[in-house]
Amino acid sequence: MTNKQISIQEATDYFKDGMTIMVGGFLAVGTPDVLIDALIEQKVQNMELIANDTGFPDKGVGRLVVSRQLSKVIASHIGTNPETGKQMIAQEMDVELVPQGTLAERVRCGGAGLGGVLTSTGIGTVVEEGKQKLSVNGVEYLLEEPLRADLALIRAKKADKAGNLIYDKSARNFNPLMAMAADVVIAQVDELVEVGEIKPDEVMTPGVVVDKIVYLGGC
Amino acid sequence: MNAKEMIARRVALELENGDVINLGIGLPTMVANYLPKGVNVTLQSENGFVGLGALNGEADANLVNAGGQPCGIIPGAVMFDSAMSFMLIRGGHVDVTVLGGLEVDEEGNLANWMVPGKMVPGMGGAMDLVTGAKKVIVAMEHCAKNGSAKILKKCRLPLTGKGVVDLIVTELGVFRVTEEGLVLEEVAPGVDVEFVTARTEANLIISPNLNQMQNIS
Repeated sequence: MTNKQISIQEATDYFKDGMTIMVGGFLAVGTPDVLIDALIEQKVQNMELIANDTGFPDKGVGRLVVSRQLSKVIASHIGTNPETGKQMIAQEMDVELVPQGTLAERVRCGGAGLGGVLTSTGIGTVVEEGKQKLSVNGVEYLLEEPLRADLALIRAKKADKAGNLIYDKSARNFNPLMAMAADVVIAQVDELVEVGEIKPDEVMTPGVVVDKIVYLGGC
Repeated sequence: MNAKEMIARRVALELENGDVINLGIGLPTMVANYLPKGVNVTLQSENGFVGLGALNGEADANLVNAGGQPCGIIPGAVMFDSAMSFMLIRGGHVDVTVLGGLEVDEEGNLANWMVPGKMVPGMGGAMDLVTGAKKVIVAMEHCAKNGSAKILKKCRLPLTGKGVVDLIVTELGVFRVTEEGLVLEEVAPGVDVEFVTARTEANLIISPNLNQMQNIS
């Protein structure tokens, strides 16, 4: 089986100005910080970011807001990073706020080959503006469309060299969903083992969807 | 006792043994401190687990609550991804959610996620919670910091959910959303109905069984 491990320098080969990225994490927990460092060092511009939130100015994906590398953000929450709100109000960056459960389902649809999801979340609020409404068995739903990205940057606790992943506690969040929904998936992992060392039933994301692994630990 | 503690203590009485509960950030989180004896509930955290508990020992960077604060978990806790988390929330597997509010109205509409031109933190999981939880309780101080009413005839701020609220608990009373309108069911000790109505814009139906607010001593 192919060894999917690459260096952080090799990971930057997948960076392109104007690309859409999905980045795992919830308030910077479970965010692949080494890959964020690389995006900042490489000064990748005009990216569209899909993430649960914009972290903090100095932590998580929020650093990409501060470094002004984003043209658009799709997220459920931006309150912990004042810089996001500032750039949004100044119309320097486009922000689409999506209910968290809807965001999760839109990403899941993107990775699952589905044309969208019907949800009651957002009915009667600004979220329904411009969206198709459908009634199923008397219940009203919004049609929420799938989300995909050029590149997903995710974080796992442990991987084998085939890319089978295990996440750690609440650092899992959006990572497994995003691993399904991008053309290229790069996982930053805290521990790397040989193929066969992770039991099949313990794998949380199958390596077949993970393209590359960045592991900076010893040996 | 301060207003927030009074509110949290009263909300805690609404919880039943075995319930799965989601508590919002801030005041709602305090509810977990005042569970009546014999009432054990499972706390759900929308960042991806059930079995949220108090931080016990050293903080773990990969274990935080939905506010991003280090937390603990109880034995039997289960971790999952954001899709599963919101399947539980949207799918009716959460019995009660307790949220804060900026405005609530007679029709059970709730606004708590943005103030146009001032503050746009985003809705996070709030819209899914009010849509999917079996019972939605708004726990909030009765008036805004400037003294203006927060329980209105009609919400003016952008809504979090339409017709979603079941019960409102403030330091002045307990209000139930019904098809007939907003019913004042309990008033706080030392407070009369006039005091409450003077600080409420919504029309209140006074319950024929009006009680003093329970167990807040």
